[in-house]
Amino acid sequence: MDTVRYIIDDSEQAVFKVHRSVFVKPEILEQERSKIFDRCWLYVGHVSEVRNPGDFRTRVVGGRPVIFTKGADGEIRVFLNSCTHRGTLVCREREGNAKTFRCFYHAWSFNNCGELIAVPGEDAYGPNFDKGHLALREVPRLAHYKGFYLLNFDAHAESLTHYLAGAKEYLDIIVDQSPTGELEIIQGTQEYDIAANWKLLAENSFDDYHVAPTHITYFEYLKDSGVNVAIPKGLLMPRHGLGKALGNGHAVIDNQTYRGRPIAYWMPMYGEEAREEIAQIRAELVSRLGEERAYRAADTNRNLLIFPNLVINDGSSVTVRTFFPLTERRMRVTAWAIGPVGESATARARRLDSFLTFYGPGGFATPDDVEALEVLQQGIATWKEVEWSDLSRGMTKPIEEQLNTDEPHLRAFWRRWNELMQTD
Amino acid sequence: MSEQPQISRAEIEDFLYMEAALLDEWRLDEWLGLLTDDASYLVPPNDAPDGDHHDTLFIVADDIHRVKARVKRLKSRNAHAENPKSRTRRMISNVRIRSVVDDVASVTANFVIYRFRRHEQIREYVGRYEYKLRVCGGDIKIAERKAILDAEQLAGLGSVSIIL
Ligand code: FES
Ligand SMILES: [Fe+2]
Repeated sequence: MDTVRYIIDDSEQAVFKVHRSVFVKPEILEQERSKIFDRCWLYVGHVSEVRNPGDFRTRVVGGRPVIFTKGADGEIRVFLNSCTHRGTLVCREREGNAKTFRCFYHAWSFNNCGELIAVPGEDAYGPNFDKGHLALREVPRLAHYKGFYLLNFDAHAESLTHYLAGAKEYLDIIVDQSPTGELEIIQGTQEYDIAANWKLLAENSFDDYHVAPTHITYFEYLKDSGVNVAIPKGLLMPRHGLGKALGNGHAVIDNQTYRGRPIAYWMPMYGEEAREEIAQIRAELVSRLGEERAYRAADTNRNLLIFPNLVINDGSSVTVRTFFPLTERRMRVTAWAIGPVGESATARARRLDSFLTFYGPGGFATPDDVEALEVLQQGIATWKEVEWSDLSRGMTKPIEEQLNTDEPHLRAFWRRWNELMQTD
Repeated sequence: MSEQPQISRAEIEDFLYMEAALLDEWRLDEWLGLLTDDASYLVPPNDAPDGDHHDTLFIVADDIHRVKARVKRLKSRNAHAENPKSRTRRMISNVRIRSVVDDVASVTANFVIYRFRRHEQIREYVGRYEYKLRVCGGDIKIAERKAILDAEQLAGLGSVSIIL
């Protein structure tokens, strides 16, 4: 039994602390695997990645190899990528289109709806051998919200819609950016490790307190390119917004943009020739959504965390990012760019270019985030002596006045994490 | 047919070795001097190495402005991912001149870049370069350099905070 509490949460005293052991102890990760990753809804892929019957993507989600695929019957499924015969991966390609998945070991074949359709030498099996019971196993639960597919390894989990709680409203603002309501994942996957505990990236993804000091070179780059951005005294963000809990551990930061947005806020880096198209994109938003909602879509940034490990950042571009622990001190991050279906070639190129200014392993900001998390992980090898981390910014203010540079959203993540870790 | 510049593999090799040395020694301003005014520097994603950066999300897709900004950033003490600076050692081999059209030589080469940093595991970035080199007189300039990684995913290579 652990005698140390994981968090100290005292609103009265405006104290919020996280015990650093939760980032370094292998036992904690063991518990997280069963209490969090085996029970929460986990992102697996987007509808646009399996457009045609037979399309598939193989991924590792929650520690399990899976196949995200559309069957010949048009249904999207997620199979556990494990042969029902002895367990071999039935699909070793990253992606493709297949009518069948043939396990090479003894050559059992499954169709893309999962049915076992061929077993060499079937006559050697007894009367209890039933191909009907040996189909590829599907994950216990699969559901989508507006094209974002999430799975759950707990057959009794609450519905995805219920689970998403207030996060749906924020997904809606992103989906609304597409004239048809359809988005697509853009080719090109960024898959990299960070030598740090996975929860540090959950925090970092929407920690706006770090943005100015950690990303000084990014702000300099913006300034040099002609964006009117002054880094205020005290190194806080150029524009304040809000931090918000959305229920079930989901949370968001929401602020007016201080840079450009491919949808639909021009900045000098996009070039004069982009002004007109961006104005047109914005006009389409206004006519379809009305001025107020168009303002939300075009002029405001949001970093959304869907508990435990799906991050959608809607800033210099829109990125979908998920991450899983490999060990208690290493995670694997997978990130994609997403954009409206039918976007013009110039708008698409601008979206990708804008993405790379900030995000990604070769961007001007993400490498410094990676460095921050890695040196944090190194620092907390001292956890027995320096036990607690502080996350109390803004706690003295009423909840609706807490800023993006405060930490109500980080606290929302931790409260939910703590709650789940107390379950059996 | 226009007069094609005569350029030998040995000359190209000398040039690439010199470039590698500048990068290993963090002499980034001098390295910028090797680029044409419209040069680009590209690192395609591991899962779409043949993609086009206009419709594919790259790891790096710098035009000359961004590559200059990248150098400025890397020279700053606030480029935390490279402060303190990592040590790198570049091995360039298998240099081949694939074609020479007008004054542009298409050159490919293999690379291994070892990156060392305190408290970090060694990283080995392995792949091939595709260069477009502009040859005028005896002078060689880089019009395009693409570093294509062989790794299936970055994984343990982490982020790409150095110039590959
Ligand atoms: S393990 Fe797949 S056919 Fe035997
Ligand atoms: Fe950051």
